[in-house]
Amino acid sequence: MIAWTIYLTFAGAVVLLVFPDVLARWIALLTAIAGFVLGIVAFVRTPVADLAHFMTIVSVPWVPPLGMNYHLAVDGVSLTMVLVTGISAVSTVLFSWDVDHRQREFFFWLLLVVGGCYGVFLSADLFLLFAFYELVIVPKYFLIAIFGSTNKEYGAMKLTLYSFFGGMFVFAGILAAYATAGSLDLSQLVQFHFSPQLQSWAFPVLFLGFAVLAGIWPLHTWAPTGHVAAPTAGSMLLAGIVMKLGAYAGLRVAMNLFPEGFHAWSKWIAVLAVIGIVYAAAVALRQHDLKFVIGYSSVSHMGFVLLGLATANALGVSGAVLQMFSHGVIAALLFAVAGRMLYRRTHTRELDALSEMNLSHALPFAAFAFVIASAASMGIPGFSGFAAEITILIGVWKTYPIAVWITGAGMVLVAAFTLRALVKSFFGEVRMQTGRVSTDADWNEQSITLAEKCGACLLMFATLAVGLYPKFLLDRIMPAVEAMRFLK
Amino acid sequence: MRALPRQLRLQRDRADMSYLELIKLASPEAVVVITALVVLAVGLTSRRTGTICSGIAVLGLAGAIGAVLMLPRKANLFGGMLVITPLTSLFKIICLALAFFTICLVRSEKSLRHPGEYLAIILLATVGLMLLVGSEELLMIFIGLELLGLSLYVMAAFDRNDARSAEAGLKYFLFGSTTSAFTLFGISLVYGMSGSTGLAAISDKLAAAPVQPLLATGIIMTLIGFAFKIAAAPFHLWAPDAYQGAPIPSAAFIASGSKVASFVVLGKIVLVGFGPVHGSSAWHAMTAGWSPVLAVLAALSILIGNLVALAQTNVRRLLAYSAVAHAGYTLLGLVAGSRDGFSATLFYAATYAITLVGAFGVVAVVRGETGGDDLKNFSGLAARAPLLAGCMAVFMLSLAGIPPLAGFFGKFYLFSAALRAGGNYGLLWLIALGLFGSFVSLYYYLIVLKAIFVDQPSLETSSSPDRSSSDLLQQITVTVLAAAILLLGLMPDTLAARILAAVS
Repeated sequence: MIAWTIYLTFAGAVVLLVFPDVLARWIALLTAIAGFVLGIVAFVRTPVADLAHFMTIVSVPWVPPLGMNYHLAVDGVSLTMVLVTGISAVSTVLFSWDVDHRQREFFFWLLLVVGGCYGVFLSADLFLLFAFYELVIVPKYFLIAIFGSTNKEYGAMKLTLYSFFGGMFVFAGILAAYATAGSLDLSQLVQFHFSPQLQSWAFPVLFLGFAVLAGIWPLHTWAPTGHVAAPTAGSMLLAGIVMKLGAYAGLRVAMNLFPEGFHAWSKWIAVLAVIGIVYAAAVALRQHDLKFVIGYSSVSHMGFVLLGLATANALGVSGAVLQMFSHGVIAALLFAVAGRMLYRRTHTRELDALSEMNLSHALPFAAFAFVIASAASMGIPGFSGFAAEITILIGVWKTYPIAVWITGAGMVLVAAFTLRALVKSFFGEVRMQTGRVSTDADWNEQSITLAEKCGACLLMFATLAVGLYPKFLLDRIMPAVEAMRFLK
Repeated sequence: MRALPRQLRLQRDRADMSYLELIKLASPEAVVVITALVVLAVGLTSRRTGTICSGIAVLGLAGAIGAVLMLPRKANLFGGMLVITPLTSLFKIICLALAFFTICLVRSEKSLRHPGEYLAIILLATVGLMLLVGSEELLMIFIGLELLGLSLYVMAAFDRNDARSAEAGLKYFLFGSTTSAFTLFGISLVYGMSGSTGLAAISDKLAAAPVQPLLATGIIMTLIGFAFKIAAAPFHLWAPDAYQGAPIPSAAFIASGSKVASFVVLGKIVLVGFGPVHGSSAWHAMTAGWSPVLAVLAALSILIGNLVALAQTNVRRLLAYSAVAHAGYTLLGLVAGSRDGFSATLFYAATYAITLVGAFGVVAVVRGETGGDDLKNFSGLAARAPLLAGCMAVFMLSLAGIPPLAGFFGKFYLFSAALRAGGNYGLLWLIALGLFGSFVSLYYYLIVLKAIFVDQPSLETSSSPDRSSSDLLQQITVTVLAAAILLLGLMPDTLAARILAAVS
């Protein structure tokens, strides 16, 4: 049943092309909600014990002579990712409710990204996974280049070429695994013992390829420019789920297939991850554009995911998966507030300009949502960010104690730039009584719309629910991670 | 006394039988030749017979496809001069289908003043393709090459009012005739060394004796002719001008049918004829043979094609350089030298040909509307003609190797076959180059799509009212081709399994 998330999303993308522009957003919303509900139902109804291993749901021969199968499977990790994809998709559609030109095209590309993400999270065949993975690249280009803002063509091209650059390494790694083992089925490949010599070069090639999409330092620079150039929906999808594709595929494919290569290289991944956390946080502290702040904060938070993966113990890796969920929700919320709620009304993202507008009074709901998102992003207990990061850090403590100290310093920086952005954007001192906002003629018509409130509430609920009761997700993630074979 | 006439009669019977046999086995070619003559005759009667002529041509092609389907599964005449296998039948059908789509493009080409003659030449070129595909004998292959080549030279130069078309034809002719001379010389050397022109016999001879320098020279010279036909660097210099200057249907046919048939016959020559002197192109263990020659051609094509394409502003020129790059990828399968590799090469060449005919179809419409085929003529196409824009996106993304289109599967198949065949990752260097090339290529394909989808229209379009009927046909053609690319990407098994079964 969970496989229908993929079919419904692609069907929705095709169907909305046929209908007139005005219906596009409704079809997209229905499709996204259908995917979300399917994810929830599967999550609640699948017995927890079944999610401990990668359970096949569909397996049909696709290209028999080459051993390609249309093989989908699900376990606790992929189900968690399907859930966050559903949440992001629904809120993304809600936050693009007022796209006013070429709506069909917009929602078509958007649903292609969502459908491709579902596909990656559920694939159990290497070729299928790679096909879905590459499928996501080009729609992002059009979403950004057509509908984006600041320097959009540059940002779109940079992002696309980076993704494809990573894809080139992934391609090479997959070919190496395929040519050696003669199979593309993940469940068979994880049984195959690759020679240590092959693993020692194939693992870094494959993992690095995936990690480009996860924003690993120093190949992260596409992320901030891409996020800034993208329309709000684009940034939400990028930060919410697309960056997770890289981390998820790194975990599912690279680490599972080449465990020895992983153990040999894991400390270097940890080093890059820690540099990413601290460096991106420090850069974010110096940004003037609110979206750049959030863009770099995404890189910093994805550093936690990579650090969690590098620990190679169940706790750290489970924390990384939880962080993928948590950051997917939080980043979507942050971008929604910055890109949609603020920018559409104030037409600026400059922190200095925003600080003179007294926005906490003008837009109380936006202020509220941003406070929640910032708190979650900083890792305040009670929000999902805390649950995820503390799990990761406990895992890291077992493997790389020194990294915990450096990361701790990084977290102070994260808190610093988040608070700075929060204060400047919403709680600035009002110097002029008549700010730009109150003189804006359209202002009254632009109070926060119902669609925006629904989207924001969904995201806030998700981060709070997981923050207060992380066991709900962890009970399903942990057994699945413990069943993977790369654990030390 | 009484025995002699009987013997003579028997001989005559045998000759009769083999003529009948010959007619039967060569019926597809015969049908196309007759169609060409009929089209030529009808075309001479009046200048306004374009519709009738193309109708006849289409019927003839359909009849030829029917004749191919009626052929026996396997036959071999005159020591390989005419060979029928599932592979040749499959590719004869593909060549005929490509000719059919090319003729669909001719309908709307206003600049062609003598449609009857033009169509007849396309049909003759198609005969050349079918002879090439269906022969395993060097002389016959050379005749096929020449028939194809001469037809294509005329097709490239057909637009008498356009200096660019004349330039395209002349360049194509000069390069083509020079490389033909090389090939003929190479064939004569191979014949001199092996004593036969049949590929199977050559293979037996080569297996028995070590490679001598003269034979190596012969092999390399033979390959040059094909490197020219598939536009592999450094024999690609004609391609940009021919693609840009020739009438669009000619360019489409040069890029599609001619390439597919050349890859089929090149594969046969190197794998069947020169099989024993494969050599090795593995990075640390290169040994002499044709494989390193092709590997060098492939590497040069991938690098030169992709890097030069980056700087193009004319879409047809861009397609030409990308064609050079794709020739490089396609050669990878032959370099691998395995059954899988050959099958991957054929799959890639076939899907590439379909893509290019479609892309040229879109170019033809844009040229008809805006009078040019530079990138700026494409700007804002998505707003003017969403369907065409979508089809162009399918073609460009398939060329770039983006799923779920045929080019993605094709690349995966090619690269995986090459990696598996090389032994101990010997061909990894070439695959890495191919991957790098396809990474670079995404940029220029996206530039085309950026013009179509993102840029604002910069030129006034001349939408004349009389363009409706031919435009509709063209749109249908392009849409069908785009759908084919999508379906071949979603279900590659339909074609890949057939090719794999046919290659044995």
